[in-house]
Amino acid sequence: MTPPVTVLDLANVSKSFGALKVTDDVSFSVPKGQALGIIGPNGAGKSTLFNLITGNILADTGRVTFLDQDVTRTPAMTRVRMGVGRSFQIPQPFEGLTVFENLLTAAAFGQAKREAEVEAECAQILADTELLRRANDLAGSLSLLDRKRLEMARAMATGPELLLLDEIAGGLTEGECQALVATIQALHAKGTTIIWIEHVLHALTSVVERLLVLDFGKVIGIGAPDQIMASREVREIYLGLEV
Amino acid sequence: MIWLDTIVQGLLLGGLYALFAAGLSLVFGIMRLVNLAHGDLIVLAAFIVLVVVEATGLNPFLSALIAAPALFAFGWALQWFVFNRVLGKDILPPLLVTFGLSIALQNGMLEVFSADSQRIPAGPLESASVDLGAVTVGIMPLLTFASAVAVIFALNQIFYRTALGRAFRATSDDPVTASLMGINPRSVFAMATGLAMVIVTIAALYLGMRSNFDPSIGPARLIFAFEAVIIGGLGSLWGTLVGGAIIGVAQTVGAQINPEWQILAGHLAFLAVLLVRPRGLFPRAVD
Repeated sequence: MTPPVTVLDLANVSKSFGALKVTDDVSFSVPKGQALGIIGPNGAGKSTLFNLITGNILADTGRVTFLDQDVTRTPAMTRVRMGVGRSFQIPQPFEGLTVFENLLTAAAFGQAKREAEVEAECAQILADTELLRRANDLAGSLSLLDRKRLEMARAMATGPELLLLDEIAGGLTEGECQALVATIQALHAKGTTIIWIEHVLHALTSVVERLLVLDFGKVIGIGAPDQIMASREVREIYLGLEV
Repeated sequence: MIWLDTIVQGLLLGGLYALFAAGLSLVFGIMRLVNLAHGDLIVLAAFIVLVVVEATGLNPFLSALIAAPALFAFGWALQWFVFNRVLGKDILPPLLVTFGLSIALQNGMLEVFSADSQRIPAGPLESASVDLGAVTVGIMPLLTFASAVAVIFALNQIFYRTALGRAFRATSDDPVTASLMGINPRSVFAMATGLAMVIVTIAALYLGMRSNFDPSIGPARLIFAFEAVIIGGLGSLWGTLVGGAIIGVAQTVGAQINPEWQILAGHLAFLAVLLVRPRGLFPRAVD
């Protein structure tokens, strides 16, 4: 049996903004096909961690490896083409483009292909994310749920080996949340490696196989979700409960 | 009848102003760069077309076709090596750099081409006209206007029908997110300025064939271009054509009343539009 391929590996990654250390000696790796959840209080450095993985910001020290290639100093647009797809916590669609054009642009440039080659794939992603009926509407006119769907759809369109989802379920109603979780589960079932930052714990734990807890930029726990949620340290720091 | 003629001539003159403005509008729309050297770049392109005409003996249109790729490359390099370094949250550095470029271009052209007035020879086309019954219009103004419509139509096709156009719009919306989709904003900006220089070449061709030019006339062309862009609404290409037409008509009507009022009337029309519609006639919904 061949060992599982490691999609992402962070080794002793640190990042400071001035005197504030937002990522503190973080090390973990994600094998191919796994869904990893990241939890932690607000300001724990979760989104910064995503920025370090996508290349929006560069690590001060440590090494980021993606599919066995050192990408620590690689710019964001190159990492996208290598297969790092990302959705934002606050949806940032290209508002002047239609929903379909948003995907088409992400697919053509993210996969470095011609538009004609990716049109069918984009239509399929729109169908999978229930956005087909809004395909020709300007992205600026979408509701919050559809904006979140578009965030995910656009990240998927870049053809990611690794999909980073940043609080995709936040602000949604229970029904909307379930619809989104079903989409993510389907995506995961196809073998896409996922890292998902989320505060809506039941949504998160219904998909991920592993949980990582971040606090003050440090990894304070990583393991199976039930094991992590049962840990006293996590309950105290993350849930703020006296146990 | 004389007023109909005045208005038609003004509309056609507006085509020239729209050509001056289209490149400025393109660059501003995509990267929010106000290029103060735009007028001088038009004059530079006119000199380059003239040099090609004199060196090859070809007609001005073919000469412009030869000059256009070189000017595209010049625009691309100017963006890549100069403007990209100063674009950012602060709008002052790009303003200073383009202002400096404007001065450098004017003095450079003065050194190379002297202060003498020049004209691109267009032969019999210069005085050819067509009788439309009520009015008679010059072939050259007609060609200018048709070119302006064609340029704006082509730009719209590029913007809404091609991958490059979608990259232009995506980058204009949000360069950081665009880079997360695999788009290189620096290279998109360089393509945009290259394309703007092709439009500048077309504008320069008509400027040079219709009137005399010398190294000092750039800043005035910049003002006309700015006014057309702002009347039309920042970022709206068809609005730019309308803006050009409004300035053109105001100028010819002003000149008809009193020849000294030509330029003033254009500026007054600009101020009048600003008073009524501060964001221009067709502002983009998302800014």
